Parts: sequence; structure tokens; C-alpha cells
Amino acid sequence: MELRDNAPSGPIETAWDRHRFDIKLVNPANKRKFEVIVVGTGLAGAAAAATFGELGYRVRSFCYQDSPRRAHSIAAQGGINAAKNYSGDGDSIYRLFYDTVKGGDYRSRERNVYRLAQVSVNIIDQAVAQGVPFAREYGGLLDNRSFGGAQVSRTFYARGQTGQQLLLGAYQALERQIGAGTVTMHPRTEMLELIVVDGQARGIVTRDMVTGKIEAHLAHAVVLATGGYGNLFYLSTNAKGCNVTAGWRAHRKGAFFANPCYTQIHPTCIPVSGEHQSKLTLMSESLRNDGRVWVPKNKDDVGKKPGQIAKEDRDYYLERKYPAFGNLVPRDIASRNAKEVCDAGRGVGPGGLGVYLDFADAIERLGQKAIEERYGNLFEMYERITDEDPYQVPMRIYPAVHYTMGGLWVDYNLMSNLPGLFVLGEANFSDHGANRLGASALMQGLADGYFVAPYTIGNYLWTERTDQKPVTADHPEVKKALAEVEERTQRFLSINGKRSPDSFHRELGKLMWEKCGMARNEAGLKEAQARIPALRAEFWENLRVPGSGADLNQSLEKAGRVADFLELAELFATDALHRRESCGGHFREESQTPEGEALRDDDSFRYVAAWEFNGVGKAPVLHKEDLEFEHVKLTQRSYK
Amino acid sequence: MRLTLHVWRQKKSGDKGAFETHKVENISADSSFLEMLDVLNEEILEKGGEPVAFDHDCREGICGTCGMVVNGMAHGPQALTTTCQLHMRKFKDGDELWIEPWRAKAFPVLRDLVVDRGAFDRIIQAGGFISAKSGSAPDANEILVGKTVADQAMDAAACIGCGACVAACPNASAMLFTAAKITHLGVLPQGQPERDDRARNMVAQMDAEGFGGCTNHGECAEVCPKGISLETIARMNRDFLKAMVIAREPLAARTGG
Ligand SMILES: Cc1cc2nc3c(=O)[nH]c(=O)nc-3n(C[C@H](O)[C@H](O)[C@H](O)COP(=O)(O)OP(=O)(O)OC[C@H]3O[C@@H](n4cnc5c(N)ncnc54)[C@H](O)[C@@H]3O)c2cc1C
Ligand code: FES
Repeated sequence: MELRDNAPSGPIETAWDRHRFDIKLVNPANKRKFEVIVVGTGLAGAAAAATFGELGYRVRSFCYQDSPRRAHSIAAQGGINAAKNYSGDGDSIYRLFYDTVKGGDYRSRERNVYRLAQVSVNIIDQAVAQGVPFAREYGGLLDNRSFGGAQVSRTFYARGQTGQQLLLGAYQALERQIGAGTVTMHPRTEMLELIVVDGQARGIVTRDMVTGKIEAHLAHAVVLATGGYGNLFYLSTNAKGCNVTAGWRAHRKGAFFANPCYTQIHPTCIPVSGEHQSKLTLMSESLRNDGRVWVPKNKDDVGKKPGQIAKEDRDYYLERKYPAFGNLVPRDIASRNAKEVCDAGRGVGPGGLGVYLDFADAIERLGQKAIEERYGNLFEMYERITDEDPYQVPMRIYPAVHYTMGGLWVDYNLMSNLPGLFVLGEANFSDHGANRLGASALMQGLADGYFVAPYTIGNYLWTERTDQKPVTADHPEVKKALAEVEERTQRFLSINGKRSPDSFHRELGKLMWEKCGMARNEAGLKEAQARIPALRAEFWENLRVPGSGADLNQSLEKAGRVADFLELAELFATDALHRRESCGGHFREESQTPEGEALRDDDSFRYVAAWEFNGVGKAPVLHKEDLEFEHVKLTQRSYK
Repeated sequence: MRLTLHVWRQKKSGDKGAFETHKVENISADSSFLEMLDVLNEEILEKGGEPVAFDHDCREGICGTCGMVVNGMAHGPQALTTTCQLHMRKFKDGDELWIEPWRAKAFPVLRDLVVDRGAFDRIIQAGGFISAKSGSAPDANEILVGKTVADQAMDAAACIGCGACVAACPNASAMLFTAAKITHLGVLPQGQPERDDRARNMVAQMDAEGFGGCTNHGECAEVCPKGISLETIARMNRDFLKAMVIAREPLAARTGG
């Protein structure tokens, strides 16, 4: 099967405008005849559901939290990019586009990225109109900062709570539609299966997490905005509930999973403190604007207090190796360098898995007050967790799994290869290629939800209206999907083994981190491929889920998620193994430059790897979407 | 650390719950309160029991999902801290802890420590928004907002909707939550056109949900993990009175849309 991106040809600058003109519109009176399901209420899902509601579609929205406002987007700290050029420092749509393609190590689709950069400016307008309290200058204009390796100041922020404020804006727009009756909200409701009829996505099966009721919901189109799958690694910066279930169930029903192995490991997280650790906490990378990263030059100094190590005995390794970007190199590079110095025995803190992020110079230069203004809440958070005061001693940080660039394959319209299944936000394989730039996920989620899907879904609904037959609850495919969920639920409850879902999750996560983490090699990946099925087999024999399916049962919820992670893990390893090049967040030890940087192999791997499900434990089928670069010149990324 | 835990167990809404006592050992002082409960739950599961249900998600103090009353204090003893950000080093070896759900008529218990806070969403539905259709906004810098006002809006917008304010209030009032939203939107220029309707409709919904009134105890602000100030309540009261005086339309007539 040939994968078609369905992007308009012709000049890239006008592609989206022309596309919007060419696609079909649904007239206002007809919109209410169409039902749309939106799973997920993060930035992507809440923005989409609210906008569909405003347009007049009948919308049903789902999330697993008790309120749509709690979706994981709430946790984003640092900011959101937009090519407003309010700072007058040379930014433009073209520059944001260029930076994003380059930052993604040339593994994304140019036309999607260009559109993302274009609509980025509308997002800020929209958010401000909703009352999002972005940071301001004294004159009342919006303030910007430079973020994560960008050489222009294009990042908008609301203290250290940008995701919270953007999500509250989208959530409030969504609640407004719920109040108006255009959107029906189903919180604490988990999607556990996709319903496909005549090759089209026509509904979902859900479980009410309070009453245990398993139910089918039917619609003309299904939108998944269910976030990323970083929790595959058990320990990550994601919220505890983040999972791959919605996407994985769709994958099993035919949707292709693209680039599963592209994972972003964030360089500035609080290191693991012990066995009890249940998640990792991100320290916004905006901290790298003022903090200096270092480790002792000599192994013998690692046990010393940082204050006892003289300046000349410190290795500010990022500044040393990358003089142009210094501490602001992209995330993948900062993370890999941290691993390298720790592997060399120069790491600090428990287990030697940490590097210093030091604010002493910034405090001396700008004063404690200024630093407090910028990072006060982050410093507090750090102190609460570690019991150390970062105004006095340098922070200790270590990389952690943070974001997944991979996800369900979508075309330019954000529709998967399964007609009627749209995928937005982190859940799709998206615009970030093999590495996402800081402050670009919020931008993409909101672009997808507010400004892209509302057009493209109308086109689909109107084009398909005559072919789509009505589907009712007694359709065999609906019954089959319901039965699948019922059976799976009963199976979890009846194994009655010895181990908890969490214990399997931890074991899987550790394996993934060790063999498929920051640096990967053939032997390690093959080992993972061999060990995952064994762990999965044990899961299905030795799992214990107490209680019943007919009430609130958090062990049961976890079991379902871990079961899907155990299948995704194998695909992940397969993808990482087949991509015998390094690119962005995917570092294959076999493929590096003499200086130890990621070395791409454009001739062999300049494509999106979209995998087709072929049964559990069976080799998936690879489909390639070749990537053409007309505008951005492929070069070896260099941040020296 | 070793601890004795008295945990509220309740199978479902409407059931009569009771405290159940557990002892846990080898708890790391560096673990968070919820990680301590994770350890307890693993042990319960191992022994064939049903783990304690509790809500949580981000474990970073921002999503507002977690929340329990620890020794009579909403979110436990540390000021400006959610339960998930509370660490065991704040307790002493051998401590005895009483762990309960939020208790309020408007927040029915669903199971163990999990309550239904849907009332908060319905208060927002009643008017906690600025109507701005996607794609209709003017250029962001055409709306000037002075830094002081922007900061004031942000202070109020920091509310995470956890419900600790309700749990701590002797009247189970939702004033601090509602006032925070009314203040966030009401101080901004974008929020002016709907300001009166917002105050009237949100307050009406708050009453309809069965939250109690405010009798100035101030416990809400005391336990608020985000430091939302009591001044927001004074502001809401002013907005509400003004809105009632100039009310030309019946309550709740102009929500949604
Ligand atoms: C700590 C942290 C900080 C970050 N900071 C930044 C930043 O500063 N800037 C930036 O640009 N990006 C940042 N990111 C990344 C960014 O926050 C996310 O990529 C983005 O918010 C994802 O949004 P989303 O809408 O795609 O998904 P999410 O916000 O993850 O929402 C997923 C939704 O899907 C629902 N869901 C999932 N599965 C199911 C199911 N099976 N059934 C029903 N519902 C389901 C959930 O309930 C939720 O509502 C950060 C990420 C983290 C972890
Ligand atoms: S779990 Fe999110 S605030 Fe505690």
C-alpha cells in the first residue's frame, strides 16, 4: 500500500490557503447532522471539541480524568512558540518552519511543518482573546523569551505554568460548549476499542471507570487526541495515567503506527531518588537560559560538595563542546552529553546519575530577585522534592523520557490511513520528525485542534456523506468490539496470579530504558525483542487484578494499559532496530560522527516508517513514506 | 520509616465507610505521600486485598487531581503543597496518620479516597469563560494588558481546582474556587463584556450545587496549595452585588452560546 500524504503541491507558502479553498465545506444547517467523537481533552482534544461544537457539530468528548481540565497538557511549564516576531529579532514563519524541520533532524514532512508555523500566530491571538494571562512587559505588550536552542525569542509563557493556562483556556471554551449543549462530556470514561465499519472509523467502545459499564458510542468520525506514550518506560515526566491504549487499539484495527522509536529524552529532570520512585519531574528547560551545566573534571571530585570544587576543576562541558549554543543546545544533544559524562564516571549525586545545573553566576549577575521572578515556582518545586535549596547549591539534573514524536500515522489532513480516524496532538506522529524543539508541542496540539482539524474533518464528513451507511448498535462490528472489551476485562480479572500490574510495568520500563533508551545498539535491541514477549507471556499468566469490573477498580485500569504497553514495546524495539541510522532522539551507537554526534543516513532512511499490525508476536509490515525536501537543505546538524 | 495508617475505606457512593488500619515499614523519607500509598497498595494486593483507591495523575502539583485529608488537614501538613508533592520527610518515624477523602455534600465519595468534583466543572460551564470563537481573535498585541493586571490575573488563574478549599471549609463552601475564576477573567480587559453575567451565573450555580456559604473562616486560603488569596472572594462579592443591582435579565439566561 502506498502512503499518500495528500498535501497540496505548488508553492509551500500558499499550500494551506489553497487547500482550505479546495476542500469541501459543510453548510451550517447540515453540521448538526454529523456526530463526532473526540477522545482526549488535552490541548489538542479540548481545542478540537470546543471548535467542532462552536461550528455546530454534535460532539461527544471523553477523558479518563475526573475533569477535562486535568489532561496532561496541564503540566507543561515552559512556553509555546509562535512566529509573531514581536521581539523584532528576525523571526518569521519561514524561520520557525526551518528551525522545526532542522531540529527534527529532517525526518518530518515539510508541508505540515510549514502550516504549523503559519497557524502558530493565530494560536496566540486565540489564547489571548480567551483570557490566557501570558507574561507581559510593563507597557502591556506580550513578553517573549528564547527557549531550548532557539536563537530568536519566540516563546510566549505564563510563568512556569504555560500548559495550565493554555489548557484552562481550551477547557473553558469546551465547558462553554457543554453548557450550550453542543458537546456531551464523558469524564472518567476510558476508550478501550475502536469500531471500524466498512473500513471506516465509526465509533468507540468505552468503560465507565466508576460504574464499570461497557458501552459503544457511534459517530461519523472519530478523533483521537490521547497524548503520548512516554510511560512505556514506566518512569517518565508524563502524568501517571498517560497511556497508549486508544492509539494501540486503533493500530490493532488497522491504523498504522509511525516512527514508534522516536522518543524525546529531556535533559533537565530531577534524578531518581530510590526504588519507590513513581514518576520523574521535569525542571523546565527555560532554566538552561540562566543555569550552567557542569560536572567535575576529575572522577575523584564527584563525592565532594559542589562548593568545594574550584571553578577550574569544573567541566562546563556543553559550553566547551558547543561554543555557539552552549547550554542551549537541543534536548537530544544535551541529554546524550549528560549520559556520556555520567557513563565516564563523572556524574554526581546518588548512583552518579546526575549533573549540576548551577545558577550561582546568574544570581551574581542579575540578583536573586530576578532569578526568583523567572523561576521561583520551579525552584520551590525542586526544593520540595529534593530538600535542597537551589539558590544555595546547584540543582542536580538527569535526562528522563519526556515526549514521543512517534504516533499514529496521519496525512496532511491529520487523518490516519483508516478513513474517518483523525489523530491530533502528541498522539499522531506529527510535525516534529525525530526530535521536537522546546515549546513546540503546545503549539502543535493547539494548531491541530483549533485550526487544522475543524477544516479537514468537514471535508471528510461532506465527501463521505453519501457513502456512509447508518450504523446502529446491533451492527456485527459493534457487537464484536463490545465483546472484545468484555472478554479482555474478564480475562484480567480471572488470571488471579501473583504480580500487580505496576510490577510488570516497572519491569518493562526498566528493560526499555536500558535497551531502548538514550543510546541504542543492535545487540541491546535484539535482547529487548527477545525479552519482551517473555514478559508479556508472564503477564497473562501471573497477573493479579483484585476486585470486580463493575465498580471503580484502578488495578483493572492499569492492567489494560500495561497490556497494551507490552505489545507496543515490541514494535518500538523493531522500529529502533530497523533504523540503522542515528537521527534526532534516536541514537544508534553504530551510526555516529567521529565527534560522537548523531549520524544520519539519508540515502537509506529518509522516510517515515509506518507499521501495520499483523497480530501479537508477529512481525509487523513496514510501509514507507518517502520524505522530500524542497526547501530545507539536508545537512549534518551542527550546533558547534 | 514505620507508620500506622488509618485509611478511609468505602466501596461506593452511599455506602457507610470506615477506617481501616494498616502498618507500613521501610518507607523512604524521600518518597512522596502518594508513593507511600503505592507501597501500601502493593502490600495489600500481595495479601489478596483490594488496594486503596485514590485520585492522582501529574504528581507534580499542577493537575489538581490528588487530594486527601491527612490528620485533619486538606493536602496534609505542609503549606502551599498538594498531597502528591508532600514528602514523607515531613513526618516522623512511628507517626500515626488518619487519611480521609474530601468531605462535602457537593463532593460525594465514589470509592475510598476518590470523590466526585463534577460540581466544579458545572460552575465553570455557568460562566467561567470568555466567549471567543476559534479563529475570531484580533492580533494579540492589540489588547494591551498592564503587567500588574496580568500578574493579578495569573495569581488567580493559578487555581488547580483540587477542591481542598471546599474540604477545609466548615461550611463546605466553594467561594475561593469560584472567586479565583471570577477574578482571573474579571480583571482582564477581555473579560469585561461578560463580567456581570459571569458573576451572577457562576454564583447561582455554586449555590445550586449545594456548596455552603462563606462565613469568613479563611480555612480555604490556608490550605490552598496555590496560595489563592481571600481578596478574590471580596472581589467576587463586589462583582456579584454590582451584577445583581444592574441585572436586567433572569439568572442563567445567557450562559453558553
Ligand atoms: C512535564 C511536561 C512539561 C512540558 N512542557 C512543555 C512546554 O513547556 N512546551 C511545550 O510545547 N510542550 C511541553 N510538554 C509537552 C506537551 O505538554 C504535550 O506534548 C502536550 O500537552 C500533549 O497534548 P495532547 O493534547 O496531545 O495530549 P494530553 O494533554 O496528554 O491529553 C491526552 C488526553 O487524552 C485522554 N486519554 C488518553 N487515553 C485515553 C483513553 N484511552 N480513553 C479516554 N481518554 C483518554 C486523557 O484523559 C487526556 O484528556 C511538556 C510535557 C511534560 C510531560
Ligand atoms: S496529582 Fe496532579 S496535583 Fe497532585
